[in-house]
Amino acid sequence: MEERPASTLSALEYDPAPESAAVARLRESYGLFIGGAFVEAADGATFETLNPATEEPLARVARAGEADVVTAVAAARRAYDKVWRKTTGAQRSKYLFRIARLIQERSRELAVLESLDNGKPIRESRDIDVPLAAAHFFYYAGWADKLDHAGFGPDPRPLGVAGQIIPWNFPLLMAAWKLAPALAAGNTCVLKPAETTPLSALVLAEILQQAELPDGVVNIVTGDGSTGAALVASALDKVAFTGSTEVGKVIQRRLAGRPTRLTLELGGKGANIVFDDAPIDEVVEGIVDGIFFNQGHVCCAGSRLLVQESVAEEVLRRLRRRVDQLRVGDPLDKNTDVGAINSAAQLEKIRELTAWGEREGATRYTSPCALPERGYWFAPTVFTDVAQTHRIAREEVFGPVLSVLTFRTPDEAVAKANNTTYGLACGVWSEKGSRTLWVAERLRAGVVWANTYNRFDPASPFGGVRESGFGREGGRHGLEAYLDV
Amino acid sequence: MVEVSPAPLRLVVDDERALRPRPGASVPVVESEAQLRSLLRGLAGVDAVGAEARAAKLATRSLKRETKRAAIDLALSMVDLTTLEGADTPGRVASLCAKARRPDPEEPDAPAVAAVCVYPDLVATARAHLAGSDVRVASVATAFPSGRASRAVKLLDVADAVAAGADEVDMVIDRGAFLSGRLGEVFDEVVAVRQACGPAHLKVILEVGELVTYDNVRRASWLAMLAGADFIKTSTGKVAVNATLPATLVMLEAVRDFAESTGRLVGVKAAGGIRTTKEALRYLVVVNETAGSAWLDPALFRFGASSLVNDLLLQRRKQRSGAYARPDRVSVD
Repeated sequence: MEERPASTLSALEYDPAPESAAVARLRESYGLFIGGAFVEAADGATFETLNPATEEPLARVARAGEADVVTAVAAARRAYDKVWRKTTGAQRSKYLFRIARLIQERSRELAVLESLDNGKPIRESRDIDVPLAAAHFFYYAGWADKLDHAGFGPDPRPLGVAGQIIPWNFPLLMAAWKLAPALAAGNTCVLKPAETTPLSALVLAEILQQAELPDGVVNIVTGDGSTGAALVASALDKVAFTGSTEVGKVIQRRLAGRPTRLTLELGGKGANIVFDDAPIDEVVEGIVDGIFFNQGHVCCAGSRLLVQESVAEEVLRRLRRRVDQLRVGDPLDKNTDVGAINSAAQLEKIRELTAWGEREGATRYTSPCALPERGYWFAPTVFTDVAQTHRIAREEVFGPVLSVLTFRTPDEAVAKANNTTYGLACGVWSEKGSRTLWVAERLRAGVVWANTYNRFDPASPFGGVRESGFGREGGRHGLEAYLDV
Repeated sequence: MVEVSPAPLRLVVDDERALRPRPGASVPVVESEAQLRSLLRGLAGVDAVGAEARAAKLATRSLKRETKRAAIDLALSMVDLTTLEGADTPGRVASLCAKARRPDPEEPDAPAVAAVCVYPDLVATARAHLAGSDVRVASVATAFPSGRASRAVKLLDVADAVAAGADEVDMVIDRGAFLSGRLGEVFDEVVAVRQACGPAHLKVILEVGELVTYDNVRRASWLAMLAGADFIKTSTGKVAVNATLPATLVMLEAVRDFAESTGRLVGVKAAGGIRTTKEALRYLVVVNETAGSAWLDPALFRFGASSLVNDLLLQRRKQRSGAYARPDRVSVD
């Protein structure tokens, strides 16, 4: 057809489609949640939490000192002894179901708040973080009265008081991963959210109040690393930590010689392995989901792409086209694919490691997308010509930065994938089931995805080996971390 | 078909645009069924879960304000206003043609649709009522919708439609032959119909609901394109499963890859079951982010639909006035 109607668009430039920030019902200040009530820190200390997309302050939050941590742990101990250990599984289940439903009811508020505080795109907080958080509570609500059948023998006992320290990349979801199994198993908790993302956990505290969870069963202490250190030093029966390998090692040292149980979910340098027979369009999506999901702030991110040499050129050509399409910008815009980097410190770390990538001779490709002037931003970046010796192939960047390596044979793919100190997650892409299974059996990683990446489900256990930590979260296995078995 | 470039392995290349055909691109000449078979089997597979997830993700895009207004008009200009009923009469076709030329009598700037699509015996009627407009006449042919007739009958059907003045012919492939592996037969038939079409554009209906797997959709897309299709079309609208977003996604990937490796642009038509503006805009988003903006043009993307037009018109008015008009403000067909 030669004649073109006047209405033809040159391209579908999406107008802004922002979600309203008012939905988050931000308050000026947030207190600690101890013994069922919101309180100031004993010494009155507070800190500011920023919107990483604008660098504007969002709210002031109480900074828990040692005294507050002691109070919170005491409240949790009291609640454990007096109330929670005496509840039946069915009663605990009832509370967990209530919490799950309340998260769903307040999902829009939680999603907007999460995007404001963390910088992640609203599409992800709305479609992934918040629904999955609710799903975890639903899932473990189902287990609470069936612990006898979880495979740990009759009547497994809870551990007692759990101290739980969570990271800033999935603030609400990580809180759900920690709290839901702990409560289902009959423990009480002191949760310490990350310094840069305390808000959604405090709204979750409101939800716990709405659900009429008995006072002290969950306590939330906000603060920085010193608050976390005070928590680890407290009289706890269990510590669960998700965060960097560096801090994980410190915690393990501190707990040495103490009866406190420990599970760690640490860093990773996941390999996404693409064979020449893989479904190529879905591979490209999988690579993008693997490394650019949540700005690459994902411990299990597929940050190393291992692609078979015979298809490398084609995969990279398609990947480049796709990377150029990623929409980077306002996290509250419903069409944003990649949001803001969570903090200035993290941005600095990403910049440093990518500078090393160039210095060590890798070839850098950065999406030509325009970045906002204010806020913390890093354009999606792909390094090719990466060698196993390069820092960007060995260290966790925790940002939207992909390192591409190639391989020739399945053996070589496995050897390169395993050539890391981490062992959290890997992806295998092939249309040949036997090859996928062959490779998966040989990968030293807690999670192996086949023809997909970064898929999560509360019924599926998640966790690492080697320097990625130990213990599992999710599934029946996730209960073990909170039972005396 | 897939050319291996000797370029070094890196993403950083010059300013090449994604859809510029690679050097030396041309449509491969299919000389034997064996060659065709190995060519189609050499295409990368489609992971169904991944393709559906990608389509679902694109469906969450939110078009607002100016984008939405422009997209509604674009969608309107892409409609093949269709009536394919046993009860079709010259009167009904005439009324449809009037609507095609001027969809919204109260909003004269509403763009005309791309084409009116009818059975061959009504092509002349449509032709007469569309005279003097840019709206094209499309006709289904080749024993539509089942395709169960001899080659000779199918070709006569096509010749009949073209002789009556059809600008575009929508043929169906022989799904039975495709599913039983007689690819050469399907290919030859498309080539023969292509020839019978003369200057008319050929749309090849894959009937994705009967091909079932996305691998089949991809292979049938390539087969049709290699045989000379100007458009590949999802469905007849006459079976249980018609156009779906993931199947259209797979077809858009096929036309994109075909353009890249051969230099020839083939259009896509999503037909059957698309009734609302919301759905139509989702298709446009998938077009935009899969094949690219070159396909945001009635020359390369169409909707086969009838009731969709009225919803587009109602939404168009809503965008302008801020209020929903009553359904009676648009004409019933």
